[in-house]
Amino acid sequence: MLEISQEKEVRKNPFGYDIDQLKEAALRIRRDIITMLPDAGSGHTGGPLSATDFGTALFFNEMVYDPKNPKWPDRDMWFFSFGHVTPVHYSLLAEAGFFPKRDLLKFRKLDGHLQGHPSCQDTPGVEVSGGSLGQGLSIAVGAALGSRIDKHPRRVYCLMSDGEQQEGSTWEAVMSAAHFKVDNLCGLIDFNNAQIDGKVENIMGIEPLYDKYKAFGWHAIDIDGHNYKQILDALAEARTVKGKPTVILCRTYMGKGVSFMEDDYRWHGKPPKKEEAEKALIELGTTYEEWYQHLLNH
Amino acid sequence: MEFKEKKKTREGFGRALEELGEKNPNVVVLVGDLAESTMVHFFAKKFPERFFNMGVAEQNMTNVAAGLSLTGKISFFSTYGAFAACRNLDHVRITICYSNLNVKIGGAHGGISVGPDGATHQAMEEFAIMRSLPNMKLIVPCDFWEAKKATLKAAEIWGPFYIRFGREDVPLITDEARPFVFGKADMHRDGKDLTIIACGVMVAEALSAADILSSQGISARVLNMHTLKPIDKDAITKAAQETGAIVTAEEHQINGGLGSAVSQVVAENHPVPMEYVAVMDRFGMSGKPDELMKVFGIKDVNIVEKALKVIKRKKQGC
Repeated sequence: MLEISQEKEVRKNPFGYDIDQLKEAALRIRRDIITMLPDAGSGHTGGPLSATDFGTALFFNEMVYDPKNPKWPDRDMWFFSFGHVTPVHYSLLAEAGFFPKRDLLKFRKLDGHLQGHPSCQDTPGVEVSGGSLGQGLSIAVGAALGSRIDKHPRRVYCLMSDGEQQEGSTWEAVMSAAHFKVDNLCGLIDFNNAQIDGKVENIMGIEPLYDKYKAFGWHAIDIDGHNYKQILDALAEARTVKGKPTVILCRTYMGKGVSFMEDDYRWHGKPPKKEEAEKALIELGTTYEEWYQHLLNH
Repeated sequence: MEFKEKKKTREGFGRALEELGEKNPNVVVLVGDLAESTMVHFFAKKFPERFFNMGVAEQNMTNVAAGLSLTGKISFFSTYGAFAACRNLDHVRITICYSNLNVKIGGAHGGISVGPDGATHQAMEEFAIMRSLPNMKLIVPCDFWEAKKATLKAAEIWGPFYIRFGREDVPLITDEARPFVFGKADMHRDGKDLTIIACGVMVAEALSAADILSSQGISARVLNMHTLKPIDKDAITKAAQETGAIVTAEEHQINGGLGSAVSQVVAENHPVPMEYVAVMDRFGMSGKPDELMKVFGIKDVNIVEKALKVIKRKKQGC
């Protein structure tokens, strides 16, 4: 059994950023994402940018963890079920201090520790390996049940894509979370309505998603996934819900923050070329050279 | 060889879990709507707070077991082998094996022991599937006692395990006192003319075949290869060196199972003639398990036939 700290004040987010600070952090995260991708030569751009805002809120305001001690028994747990958004996952971990930012420049490379999809054997802060869609929520249910057996105050967060709501196994997990009444579980869905082949609604519609989760016995909250007030309010509300899990449908835009990527499904699974990254980084208030150097020095 | 007493391997699994529940508060058990079939109901009755019936949703069960292990639990989950190894593969491969989590899979009703249910429920591919996964360990116990000991051992060793059980009563060929050493073949009988390497229910058939061979003046060594992964390379190499001929016997497809695993070791270390008793690349069918074993050619007489053939090849030097 894990050792649980009795000191309540220990269980708090290590940063506790306010909304302005979260916005500044998110800007750095978006710059990191764009800068790490051209060199990798492959990888996903659109999803990481749409998940940046609620991801930043989780890591810099909501979740309890210690970046210097990733396996700290008191920690909350998070699972990126949509493993392919590693650029935002890794940027968040680096920004939080799990590893140096310069490591981001070795993304998807043989001499780095940042695999294309998350690997817990390689990367500190990654709880479990994954990337085959529709698995993370089940893992989160298991972690929530295990925490409950131990009477651990931990909260478990599962970040999912809208596309993976098409996986049957996602709904097995949804059903079981409600059945076991795991109210220490909070799911967040990056609802950018885009997947590799096109708009979600055109490929395999998932709406009405809010009603579906409600019908399965969850508490559901529908928000603008780029609005920090709404994100923080929803996370706070989730913490108060008893007897059922909570899902937050974060309505987002794929490629958010870069004008020529926004709401364009074609940016789902490709990285920007260097000249595209240069253009994007100017929009994000820096230059490719400047941010590349910034990463090298951190 | 006549074995008077018979018992189910799955009961060994169930009784071991009950014992583990007493010994270790971190042991949790999940099942997919088959609590009595898999015999985890012994555990469920005593430790309801650590037991989860996941319904007919094997993919979810697999990853919930994984999630529990992340909080320090030793997770055992069980369903029929047909689902535990086949339906679940993506989940077992990525979450459990790639992450190297402390999850143990009890594959019940393996092989053709679920006879009348027919091909859909007769798992005959688990060895091949589980052997191919990095970090996975695979045990195929031959009887109740070995199943119990294997389950207890799996709880002691960190990482993913798959243990295969059958549905039917099978002969007790070991006893409570006989040591079970994980990763080491158990020699049930020594011999010099050939070695029969078997696992699971086929160990009893191998011993019976050795009796028949003995009446014909042929001395057969019988190795119970209960651990298929990691496989006991030393025992196999020694068998090849000392007896010069090998027959493998398994209640599993010919491709990728025990025969393949043994061949790999033999080819690499000491090539000798080999013959195989297994299901020859075909699906099952409804019937009584014993009838099916005859249809599939995996009875003691089939082992004898292959033994005579391999000895002939050994003498001819091919």
